[in-house]
Amino acid sequence: MIVLLGVLVVVIGFATKRNPLLVVGVAGIATGLLGGLTPGELLAAFGEGFANSRAVTIFAITLPVIGLLERYGLQEQARTLIARFGKLTTGRFLALYLGLRQIGAAVGLTSVFGHAQTVRPLAVPMAEGAAEQRYGQLPDRTREKIRSFSASADNIGLFFGEDVFLAVGSVLLITSFVNTTYGTHLEPLHLALWAIPTALCAFAFHGWRLLRLDRRLERELLTANAESLAAEAVK
Amino acid sequence: MIKAEWFYWLVGLSFLVMAAQMAADRSNPKRLGTGAFWGLIGAGFVYSSWVVTKQAPAEPLGVAVLLMAVLAGCGFTGRGTPRTTTPEQRRASAARLGNRLFVPALTIPAVAMACAIGVKHLSIGGQPLLQKGSETILGLGIGAVVALVVGMVMLREKRLSVPVQSGRGMLEAMGWAMLLPQLLATLGTIFQVSGVGDQVGRLTAALLPKDSLYVAIVVYLVGMFLFTVIMGNAFAAFPVMTAAVGWPVLVGHFHGTPAAVLAIGMLAGFCGTLVTPMAANYNIVPAALLELKDQYGPIKAQLPTAGVLLGCNIVIMSLFAF
Repeated sequence: MIVLLGVLVVVIGFATKRNPLLVVGVAGIATGLLGGLTPGELLAAFGEGFANSRAVTIFAITLPVIGLLERYGLQEQARTLIARFGKLTTGRFLALYLGLRQIGAAVGLTSVFGHAQTVRPLAVPMAEGAAEQRYGQLPDRTREKIRSFSASADNIGLFFGEDVFLAVGSVLLITSFVNTTYGTHLEPLHLALWAIPTALCAFAFHGWRLLRLDRRLERELLTANAESLAAEAVK
Repeated sequence: MIKAEWFYWLVGLSFLVMAAQMAADRSNPKRLGTGAFWGLIGAGFVYSSWVVTKQAPAEPLGVAVLLMAVLAGCGFTGRGTPRTTTPEQRRASAARLGNRLFVPALTIPAVAMACAIGVKHLSIGGQPLLQKGSETILGLGIGAVVALVVGMVMLREKRLSVPVQSGRGMLEAMGWAMLLPQLLATLGTIFQVSGVGDQVGRLTAALLPKDSLYVAIVVYLVGMFLFTVIMGNAFAAFPVMTAAVGWPVLVGHFHGTPAAVLAIGMLAGFCGTLVTPMAANYNIVPAALLELKDQYGPIKAQLPTAGVLLGCNIVIMSLFAF
């Protein structure tokens, strides 16, 4: 039971907004020592964990070229481009992104989209540009909301698309785990088919929330603009 | 054969170069700490190549990782004033270059797609061209390198220092968030070897009443959700919850369709991934990358969808799996 203290450290650390690196470091040390690792084994665990998880940081390889293009105005051009499609509101654009992301992941193209390669340089400026086109300058609060929803469209599209693909990690994990542990012969195809109902629910519900974002933006920004106009008039 | 290690080296070396730039940047009040942090990560990336093949001890790397956590966690890192273009210059440049700017940006996804579909099956002299099992990393890595070449040629940018400086600015802006996913992966392994999973599995099995199908479904799916929130990863939660509830109770006792029970169980875990800061690469890193003030912004945007989808999974399993 005592090893669960590490979990408690994590929960309290995140809840009190301590620096996550320190929280995770302390939780790891505490759990390892309580779980009977020697200090040497613990250090080796940290080292091996870093070495074996380098794949999650590989997206950094795209930062120089993304930074270069941003320096030459990539985000500005993305805003200009979206303005030409007058019917494409922020919500409709993000729902479209969600759909493409989900279909891409479902046919195995998981690394084609992503936060570094598509969300920051393309999706966010387009989603913001569509709102700017209608309401002019956006307050910071609105920008944060649009960016958060852009990130959510990427994540939800990925998570609830990839399981429909046969050769993805999670499907292979399920088959290898139960086939070796329980001696069954589960086929990846059956698992992939059972991922479809939830995938459809995910697209329908999150897509609906993204479309509703338009109405929220309209309500918030029209009142914000009306207030600033009123303030101007008083001057 | 093109290997994933080559791209880890490339990332490591570029971190080292950027670290040198950071340490020399007088506009950053914490330039030495910042340079040390990124220098350690860069060196760690390269040294790791020998750790994964067991040719070098992992302990020194462990010391370095803890040092990185202390450097960034205790506020020894900061950021300089990025040397870049003004918004006016960017607008002028965008007007001049127009949609050609999208060509290098779309090169990354295009090359990644080509690697996933075609290049994966190519082989030279009986050896596959791409290292097996690393196609995702390779697609992204090759895509980024090709895109950089295309971009520099198209923009007639001859100085390699320009993209390196731009990349460094983004790294500094992201700061500690870059290291968090790897540190969390480590925590997951430590949780595993210390038996946290077994304890949670035992607790769940002890709390579970054996006679109600619907309670068992809810315990399995909500258990997957909660345990994923704790571990930050549905893959870590799946074997534990499946061994405790999914297989013995839902498949064994109530004769559920195995494929449906397990696939939906995993998806309930994914709902947990949407709401936990422990899944830093999906939730915290994007917040840093998109320069959000609220690091929990993406989680807040995802929370209602995650809740509703967990409910959907419970309904779908109840209706179709038995």
